Amino acid sequence: MSDDLYATLGVGRDASQDDIKRAYRKLAKEMHPDLNPDKPEVGERFKQVTAAYDILSDPERRGRYDRGEIDASGQERPQYQYRDFAEDPEAGRYYTREGFGDEEQLHDFFEGLFGGRGTGRGFRVRGRGADVSYTLPVEFLEAAKGAKKRVTMPDGRTIDITIPPGVHDRQTLRLKGQGMPGFEGGQAGDAYVELQVQPHAFFERKDQNIHMDLPVSVPEAVLGGRIEVPTIDGPVTMTVPKGSNTGTTLRLRGRGVRDQKSGQRGDQYVRLQVALPKAQDAELEEFVRRWAGDHAYDPRADLRRSA
Amino acid sequence: MKTLTEVVRLVGRVDQVELTHWVEVGWVTPERRERDEPAFSDLDIARVCLICDLRHDMAVEEETMPLVLSLLDQIYALRRQMKVLTGALRQQPDDVRNAILELLDQPRRGGTLGE
Repeated sequence: MSDDLYATLGVGRDASQDDIKRAYRKLAKEMHPDLNPDKPEVGERFKQVTAAYDILSDPERRGRYDRGEIDASGQERPQYQYRDFAEDPEAGRYYTREGFGDEEQLHDFFEGLFGGRGTGRGFRVRGRGADVSYTLPVEFLEAAKGAKKRVTMPDGRTIDITIPPGVHDRQTLRLKGQGMPGFEGGQAGDAYVELQVQPHAFFERKDQNIHMDLPVSVPEAVLGGRIEVPTIDGPVTMTVPKGSNTGTTLRLRGRGVRDQKSGQRGDQYVRLQVALPKAQDAELEEFVRRWAGDHAYDPRADLRRSA
Repeated sequence: MKTLTEVVRLVGRVDQVELTHWVEVGWVTPERRERDEPAFSDLDIARVCLICDLRHDMAVEEETMPLVLSLLDQIYALRRQMKVLTGALRQQPDDVRNAILELLDQPRRGGTLGE
């Protein structure tokens, strides 16, 4: 039986499905066993033609036949995947066509990889050094206002790192060329420094704004007055309005952190906390008792209403 | 080992003339047996299939084939060398292996910087 189904049907490999059907019909008319009862060899040929048509008339099986996945009898062909063989020792004879084929070159390759043993022989690769990542703790105020930090690298070098104002926690700075040295004249890798901004005793940062709680005395809250407030730039004077309470929040415009992109500074929000004197005061007690006699008020009225 | 005729029959996607040409230009290098008959190993047959894929299915031009094959061969050579290397590394004591693994961790962990 012919191995070429197309030859069996007498069509080219690029024949359309219609061509194949036409060719088969023509042959079937000539060769059908009932039309050739006394010619067994024609019957045999017809079987082959039918088998060929069987495969080629089915586009899916035809495709598999074209790709060599099945043979002319429709049997699965053994699949040869080059990659299954390509790393066998025998495949070495194909490697030799381009360099590192033989054992000696392999040896040189590894020596180059490990920096050699000083034989002066062997092939070297110029390479960029690896990147190294570090973490660097940064004080809250250093992150808010920017700073220069001198740090000692693990190999003993000291380098100055400029912390730009407004960096946030976990932000990473890239220090070009401060990673591992390159080899064979290659450039050094980069160092990536992840900043860990330390919390502050009373400042808290939300994006570019600074928030803080500020204790005020009873007279300052009731009567108002000018008080000193710490900011990231140092103390400033702020007016507490008469009749302020715990929770009253005052804004100091432009006293926040500079935005790295826009250059605008955020604000500082000061939340007042009315504080009684630390020591027990008999006079205050006496005054409040008298005052409370005809000034009863219910600070929990809102709570009760929404309960 | 198979003869050229057997390979043509087995692979089914290349004829005698084309396969002979591939052997002549050195894309496949079967052993030479008696009367200079080429004898194809399974590796060679797999390579013939690969060349069929490249040349017929992917329509890689005749002139481009040496470049493509050479790049593939280099990759497989490197992969094989990688295997040799990893095999050698696997035989190292734990601390050596761990030290290497740590260095391969990209980007490398450099720890905390101090002032």
